[in-house]
Amino acid sequence: MTSLQTELNGKSTATLEKPPIIVAKNVEKTYGNGFHVLKGVSLTVNKGEVVVLMGPSGSGKSTFIRTFNGLEPYQKGSIEIDGTPISNGKKGIELVRREVGMVFQQFNLFPHLTVLKNITIGPIKLRGLSKADAEQAAMELLEKVGIAHQAKKYPGQLSGGQQQRVAIARALAMKPKVMLFDEPTSALDPEMVREVLDVMRSLAESGMTMVCVTHEVGFAREVADRIIFLTEGNLIADTTPDQFFNNPKEERLKTFLSQILH
Amino acid sequence: MHYSFDFSVIWDNFGVLLAGAWLTLRLSLMAVAFGLVIGIVGSLFRTSGNRLLNGIALAYVEVIRNTPYLIQLFFIFFGLPAVGLKLSAEQAAIVSLAINFGAYSTEIVRAGVESIPKGQVEAGLAIGFNKLDVFRHIVIPPALANIYSSLVGQVILAVLFTSVVSQIAAEDLTYAGNYLDARTFRSFEIYFTLAILYLAIVWIVKALAYVVEARFFEFAKYRQ
Ligand SMILES: Nc1ncnc2c1ncn2[C@@H]1O[C@H](COP(=O)(O)OP(=O)(O)O)[C@@H](O)[C@H]1O
Ligand SMILES: [Mg+2]
Repeated sequence: MTSLQTELNGKSTATLEKPPIIVAKNVEKTYGNGFHVLKGVSLTVNKGEVVVLMGPSGSGKSTFIRTFNGLEPYQKGSIEIDGTPISNGKKGIELVRREVGMVFQQFNLFPHLTVLKNITIGPIKLRGLSKADAEQAAMELLEKVGIAHQAKKYPGQLSGGQQQRVAIARALAMKPKVMLFDEPTSALDPEMVREVLDVMRSLAESGMTMVCVTHEVGFAREVADRIIFLTEGNLIADTTPDQFFNNPKEERLKTFLSQILH
Repeated sequence: MHYSFDFSVIWDNFGVLLAGAWLTLRLSLMAVAFGLVIGIVGSLFRTSGNRLLNGIALAYVEVIRNTPYLIQLFFIFFGLPAVGLKLSAEQAAIVSLAINFGAYSTEIVRAGVESIPKGQVEAGLAIGFNKLDVFRHIVIPPALANIYSSLVGQVILAVLFTSVVSQIAAEDLTYAGNYLDARTFRSFEIYFTLAILYLAIVWIVKALAYVVEARFFEFAKYRQ
């Protein structure tokens, strides 16, 4: 059994008590141009939970999840990751970021590094792993996401779906406590969406705590523990997939669903 | 006009010319190596978002790019001893060439840095790298690949610039040519040969640049 599996299994047993990993309280943010993008958003994500974040384009979803690893500063409220506060200009934000994996819409692999090195650079330089250990762990991750045979290639030689799976492996290599996904399948050709969702699904099954911005309804229905709905900088729903899709209360949510469900 | 060409001056003094060419090549490579380090640091300052650092780098670039190289060389070789900094001709040549190349490469590398998508930087930060490590490990390699041909062009100019250092009696290829010319008056043969030797040096530098590209920027072939 690999150390990663041990850790993930450790997480799934801890799920029974479900300590909070992300605690965001009344987060408010205004962009430099005066745009009030987050108007006091609160969210608690417990260990092992899979939370799907939905909402119309421009509602602040990306901004919100990017506050969780300090990529977006915010002005009011508070955010804690596993008990560590994320506040603006705080020293040591790098240490928190190691614990928070992030997968971007545009993959953002490092073009000058092979697939293997994209994955090992973090563990070697930040976690102090030896090259051999890091490569072994990376190969195991690549095995899991189904692209071990591409390890020596450069990102530019891979399809979008393959690149996104590498990006997931790269984030996992840091052994994060939580994974953030920002529309991970939106930039993919339709035939590649599934391979990425399958990886996310098995990650969820392994007990990883996940926050996913996605409009993949099938994934949300089957994998999410909770779905939250953000519109115009306000979080107006936080409920089970069943309630969300089959019994929506809010008008704006109904409108949104009518748009994405066909 | 009856000028009879006599290239024996070249064969008889080939050792002198070769020694000069060797210094020219060494000066070029050292100036480019040190200058590139300056250029990378300069581009870091220019893109840091820190007004003081940006101001320092910008002032440096402005001063160097808008004054003659000969004046820079004279200032360092003849001027600095006044404040107690006395350099040999070769040291002054390397320092001034590196400072000069550093200013041009600062702007070239900066363009490369700015060509890197913001998402690359964010991916580096998200893993937990600090800003400086993101710059070193994630931004600079593809940035250099993106501006490589402009950089090589500037390197070649730097090679040609080295001929100016003959003015402070650094014994480069041009100095060797001037020296032979003064003693033999075979200007046609000597400067014709000098031109060919400079061409050969530039080709050597281009070949090295090609090797570096193949070794470090292989990935650039596959960029989307
Ligand atoms: N850097 C920025 N400066 C100003 N406005 C921004 C900036 N980034 C995003 N916005 C605006 O904030 C709103 C929310 O953006 P975002 O969080 O990306 O929304 P979503 O991910 O839900 O589509 C959008 O209207 C967008 O135009
Ligand atoms: Mg978004």
